[in-house]
Amino acid sequence: MSLSSFMIIGFTAGMSIISPGFGGRRRSSRPDLPPGQYLTHDFPVLSAGPTPRIPLERWQFTITDETGGKHSWSWPEFQDLPAEDVTTDIHCVTKWSKLGTTWRGVTLDTLFENVETTADYTMVHGYGGYTTNVPLEDLLDGKAWVAYQFDGEPLAPEHGGPARLVVPHLYFWKSAKWVNGIEMLQQDEPGFWEEAGYHMYGDPWREQRYQGD
Amino acid sequence: MARTAVPGRLSWRVATVEAARRETPSARTLVLRVPQWPGHLPGQHVDVRLTAPDGYSAQRSYSIASAWRDDGLVELTVQRVEDGEVSSYLIDDLEVGRPLELRGPVGGWFVWRAAPPPVLLVAGGSGVVPLMAMIRARGDVRGRQPFRLIYSVRTPQDALYAAELARRVRDDPGLDVHFVYTRKTPDGWPEPPGRLTVATLNTHGWPPDFAPDVFVCGPTAFVEAAADILVALGHDPGKVRTERFGGIS
Repeated sequence: MSLSSFMIIGFTAGMSIISPGFGGRRRSSRPDLPPGQYLTHDFPVLSAGPTPRIPLERWQFTITDETGGKHSWSWPEFQDLPAEDVTTDIHCVTKWSKLGTTWRGVTLDTLFENVETTADYTMVHGYGGYTTNVPLEDLLDGKAWVAYQFDGEPLAPEHGGPARLVVPHLYFWKSAKWVNGIEMLQQDEPGFWEEAGYHMYGDPWREQRYQGD
Repeated sequence: MARTAVPGRLSWRVATVEAARRETPSARTLVLRVPQWPGHLPGQHVDVRLTAPDGYSAQRSYSIASAWRDDGLVELTVQRVEDGEVSSYLIDDLEVGRPLELRGPVGGWFVWRAAPPPVLLVAGGSGVVPLMAMIRARGDVRGRQPFRLIYSVRTPQDALYAAELARRVRDDPGLDVHFVYTRKTPDGWPEPPGRLTVATLNTHGWPPDFAPDVFVCGPTAFVEAAADILVALGHDPGKVRTERFGGIS
């Protein structure tokens, strides 16, 4: 193919070039999908390593404030907290979105009820060593849960069970699987994927996939 | 915690399809010339964006199949996904000479950085693609790290890179490849078709004592099964890196 035919084909439409012959036969875009996402009815798995199996009798969830003060719950204590049923859309940075997912869990407002802190940032920790950073204000006011049921069933280990964070307004890597704690930070620090070049905040509606987006 | 050095904003680049080749009836490799490509590490991926004349666009991630040779070329191997609007375009419609938008490289975890330990690669189906980039990178620098690939495919016809793997087993010292056939074996194969088992990983992997770097890539169910077996065999979960895809468009 000659350069001239490339030029004719490669004209631009806004920021992106037209893909010659691409019609988008199976249009997956719709108003409730953030930019660059497509709809899936599966529940794909994204993890960096093997799935940890955490016995419930060893499970513990701990919030550590900036002075080192700790607030911990065992599994029975956690189960005794008031739970909410949540229906929400989730958006993975690997481009799939799943709409109308149903979860049951404890809102972070309940968990932070007795936590005194002036820190604005958090690092969320999971069994297996996973970390991800989330600003505190994105965890409060009904925006985040520690969930232990998906679709009416106990949360499966590959999806983060026995309990995972669910912060649905951010890309789903922020919703740490196998969550076991939140550490308060005075300054924002990168977690696991953020260290590897992913965005520090991760708003799907602003398509903040990678550092610099 | 020290910040890893990562490049600035990943901007979209217009690559040109320089060549293409059929790997299997359902997979095609695109050889892309990418202007100002900064290079990549084996295991990294790119995001590809297709745009229709009315502005509708679709993005997908594809692992890079080639090792970086400082020649501006990046190879992607695309496996057809049932009803996949992007994979069908890349396999059936995109002609040599045409442009393709991409950005990257992405990913700093599922990468081989030519570290000294032995390496175990475990692939399910097209999960072999990023692992092939590692094998090719090792071949390019004549790496001496012992490499073992365990590659699970449905039938012999589904194996990507079969001829190149056979050549590399002959020419790249310290590389072993073991195939697992789940539906149909070649004639004369010593075992009936079947899934990857504890025995497969025990016999054809490395002992946990060797502390290998392990990379597992494939469909979710395959990766879950393989990673569980590796941990049960005594491998350090922190040394088992996984990449999963869900079998979705």
